[in-house]
Amino acid sequence: MNALTSLPTAILETSAARILLAKPKARFSLRARGDLAPFEAALGLSLGGPLGTRASTGSRETIRLAPDEWMLHSTPSDAAAIEGACAALYDAHPHSLVSVSAREVTVVIEGPRAAELLTIGCPRDIAKIEPGSGRRTVFDGVTVILWRDAEDSFRMDVWNSFAPHLIDLLKIGARELAAEVA
Amino acid sequence: MLLIHCPYCNETLPELEYAYAGEAHIARPANPSEVSDEEWAEFLFMRSNVKGIHYERWRHLHGCGRFFNAVRDTVSDKFLTTYEAGAPRPDLDTLVNTPAEGGK
Repeated sequence: MNALTSLPTAILETSAARILLAKPKARFSLRARGDLAPFEAALGLSLGGPLGTRASTGSRETIRLAPDEWMLHSTPSDAAAIEGACAALYDAHPHSLVSVSAREVTVVIEGPRAAELLTIGCPRDIAKIEPGSGRRTVFDGVTVILWRDAEDSFRMDVWNSFAPHLIDLLKIGARELAAEVA
Repeated sequence: MLLIHCPYCNETLPELEYAYAGEAHIARPANPSEVSDEEWAEFLFMRSNVKGIHYERWRHLHGCGRFFNAVRDTVSDKFLTTYEAGAPRPDLDTLVNTPAEGGK
């Protein structure tokens, strides 16, 4: 058990942004090359498109991180079904499906100045990440996966060991933005 | 900060997402046990260290994770182009005479 399990779901709310810790998810790292159609059929998700493209069906959600790499999220109860679907493909289509559920936590950042809050740690132009897409990028030196759900709503997947630092940084940033004289 | 074009992501992004990975187009001898110590040392340690146009590797570490090659002027730090790993060296004459699209 790490320190994060004791954190409440809502971490901080200011007039600038809300920071929350998402519920535990099943997370898989999928690496596959060649024909993607069998994987799309097995998972019920589209895997194509440029890097950063997302797709979702029911509780399953995927994002393309590299030409041959995807992050797949779902509910914990769906994990066995995903493993089973991919295992059935393994002989004909060798690939790697690794459960990384325990490796990461997801921090939700939303609110009127959420995009601005992200600029404190992310050198990339946040405006160029379209709502409904996402990217793997860097936040204060840490690799994170940033999902942009809406204009003012983001999710950030971060490795457990970096999470306390990043969450503290986001809390400080959210308080500073809220303290600014309008 | 350098802005570098990743040929896999097809985006021009800040240097902080990348890691430098040394000179490009250095092929490991196919059969290391057949080369002399001098040739092996040449492969391992000797680099051209050019002043001017340099072919080099970069890795999009905090992104797609891919290695790719770049042509950069080491004097001005301008990127002339970036291209996928495994692609042949781009022709220098065309690069120098046409404006860069692979980063700034």
